[in-house]
Amino acid sequence: MRSAGLVASVAVLAVIAVLGIAVGAKQIPLDQVWHGVFHYSGSDSGVVVRDVRFPRTLLGLIVGAALGLAGTVMQALTRNPLADPGVLGINAGASAAVVSAISFFGVTSLTGYVWFAFAGAAVVSVAVYVLGGTRSATPVRLALAGTALTAVLVGYINAVNLMDTAALDKMRFWTVGSLASATMPTVTHIAPFLAVGGVLALLIARPLNAIALGDDQARALGARLTRTRVLAMLAVTLLCGGATAVCGPIVYVGLMVPHVVRAITGPDMRWILPYSAVLSPVLLLGADVLGRVVARPGELQVGIVTAVVGGPVFIYLVRRRRMAQL
Amino acid sequence: MSATVKSGKDAGAMSGKDAGVKSGKGAGVKSGEGTGKDAKAGGARGRGVTAARRITAVRTKGGLSLRFDARATFVGLLLLAVALAAGIALIGSGDYPMTPGEVMATLTGGGDAGQQFIVQDLRLPRVLVGLLVGAAFGIAGAVFQTVSRNPLGSPDVLGFAQGSSVGALVVIVYFQGGTFAVAVGAVVGGVVTGLAIFLLAWKRGIHGYRFVLVGIGASAMLYAMVLYLMTKANIVEATRATTWMTGSLNGRDWDQVWPLAAVCAVLVPVVLLYGRPLRMLEMGDDAAYALGVRVDRVRLVALMAAVVLVASATAAAGPISFVALTAPQLARRLTRSPGPNLLPAALMGAVLLVAADWSSQRLFGADQLPVGVLTGVLGGGYLLWLLATERKAGRI
Repeated sequence: MRSAGLVASVAVLAVIAVLGIAVGAKQIPLDQVWHGVFHYSGSDSGVVVRDVRFPRTLLGLIVGAALGLAGTVMQALTRNPLADPGVLGINAGASAAVVSAISFFGVTSLTGYVWFAFAGAAVVSVAVYVLGGTRSATPVRLALAGTALTAVLVGYINAVNLMDTAALDKMRFWTVGSLASATMPTVTHIAPFLAVGGVLALLIARPLNAIALGDDQARALGARLTRTRVLAMLAVTLLCGGATAVCGPIVYVGLMVPHVVRAITGPDMRWILPYSAVLSPVLLLGADVLGRVVARPGELQVGIVTAVVGGPVFIYLVRRRRMAQL
Repeated sequence: MSATVKSGKDAGAMSGKDAGVKSGKGAGVKSGEGTGKDAKAGGARGRGVTAARRITAVRTKGGLSLRFDARATFVGLLLLAVALAAGIALIGSGDYPMTPGEVMATLTGGGDAGQQFIVQDLRLPRVLVGLLVGAAFGIAGAVFQTVSRNPLGSPDVLGFAQGSSVGALVVIVYFQGGTFAVAVGAVVGGVVTGLAIFLLAWKRGIHGYRFVLVGIGASAMLYAMVLYLMTKANIVEATRATTWMTGSLNGRDWDQVWPLAAVCAVLVPVVLLYGRPLRMLEMGDDAAYALGVRVDRVRLVALMAAVVLVASATAAAGPISFVALTAPQLARRLTRSPGPNLLPAALMGAVLLVAADWSSQRLFGADQLPVGVLTGVLGGGYLLWLLATERKAGRI
């Protein structure tokens, strides 16, 4: 039952991925899509497919999966249904680094932001772990340390934005979150980080199941709490840090998808993680396609469409079903 | 039941809560971890409780009784004193500096005409708005965190702040409205959002967990609208919107004080009356119900009051982020007592906001940076420091 559902979800994802390449300001018939990807011949459609739509769809796939996995791990790690990857301060760290890069180092290109954002995310998540109490870290302490640090960083971001109008002008577009910066080099640069993070996340599914029972029971079952926590934070930093670095802070995918998935699969992390990895890109890519259709020939940023489409669906599900609690 | 028995019960409730934040089945951080912490730190905490916790019950012949927690009372009075002192310091600072003595004299009717004008017309309303907004955010944050049984359950996370922001930004971006119009937009946005979340979460009563999840969904949509409006605005409007969303006390006068004071005067006592049942609610719906708490009514009234308080405060000063999140946590850590700590949370919020405004003027000059910039830094920094010292003291 659950494996059939997973196969069906993969099929849906495949259809949406093809749509993501075919649909846009210039409609491309399906056979041209095939040729563009596998037999590039230099035609107009081929160029659009190979240089624009294919990298973008690929980026949507890996970033969506990364955000879903990061959100799932984060909620399991902190045992908090409100936890999104941003709770570790990753989004705030990345944003603070990007606003500094714009304002103090004069970086203006989207590709230039990537490494700043990634470094900021990494530094802040390490800081949260240290402030949260390293070995004695409990879920509540981690969550509170993350939000407290976020509060400090948001103050800094606002201060820079208000004193440097040029930075605000750039930041307000980066903050939305968009897949528009996708190029093949960006994708290949960030993919290894996301891949390592993704494998890590899937590997700790079992100990995370044990942790869901509470620290004592987990210890009694033989889970190594500290090691699992460190690995989980590493996975979240790689996944969410990488995703945020390329696309900007897309918050709500990682927050909403795990709740929906839990309602389908029940509480077993070994199912929740793969489901999240498939359904999150469905949401993200679907939103991206929709954003290109409704505002043609321009586009709505994927961060906006994701929330506007995902929010009502989420509320509907919350009302319909008895949501599985963490 | 004697006072000693009562304090014994208190100690139990506290240790359960300190460790896991909230116990009972349901939302938020689970109690499993609480038991672990209890087992480990039980001995030390037991000693700490008998040493630090002095609770007396005052009883009258008529059957009325009042519980009296020495530490919580002391912390509350201290916070009140700090809030007032910070307020007086704030009135005294600016282009025309005044000593605290001069400020006191002017407030009580002395001082020359110039000082009267500066204090009464320019600086006092600003300080009052700061105090009231801080208190409203603090107490509302405590209610939200208690009802959602989650330390992250603040109006920012549950969508109310975003609702107000959408209302205000629509006025700023599409109508280029003035301060008053923006405030109206914020109130409308906040209250409509609040009602929508209530209606959507309502299903034979408000269930804490469903309320939180619906809040997340609403917050996602509204935040997307905020981002959309920000990208559609021209840069002047975008700057104005950013200032508003950061939260500012610049140029606040009596027009902002009176509506907010009226709302606070009515709703703060209402919320305080529900302090006791709210505290029972932290043990879980079933336990609270068994103890005679009308769960749904308490939740509904307390939440509605909190929503209106947040909306009015936001209208007066903008959605100053993190006050509602950090103030209750700070208050709870200072009083070390269980329950929502409503009054200490309100006072803590007032202290945070006025202290942030004062430091902002000291550090960056008058009206250079809006107060919201420093509230986050102060509140977040202080919370981090408390977390670190608590760990050293082995309290969590």
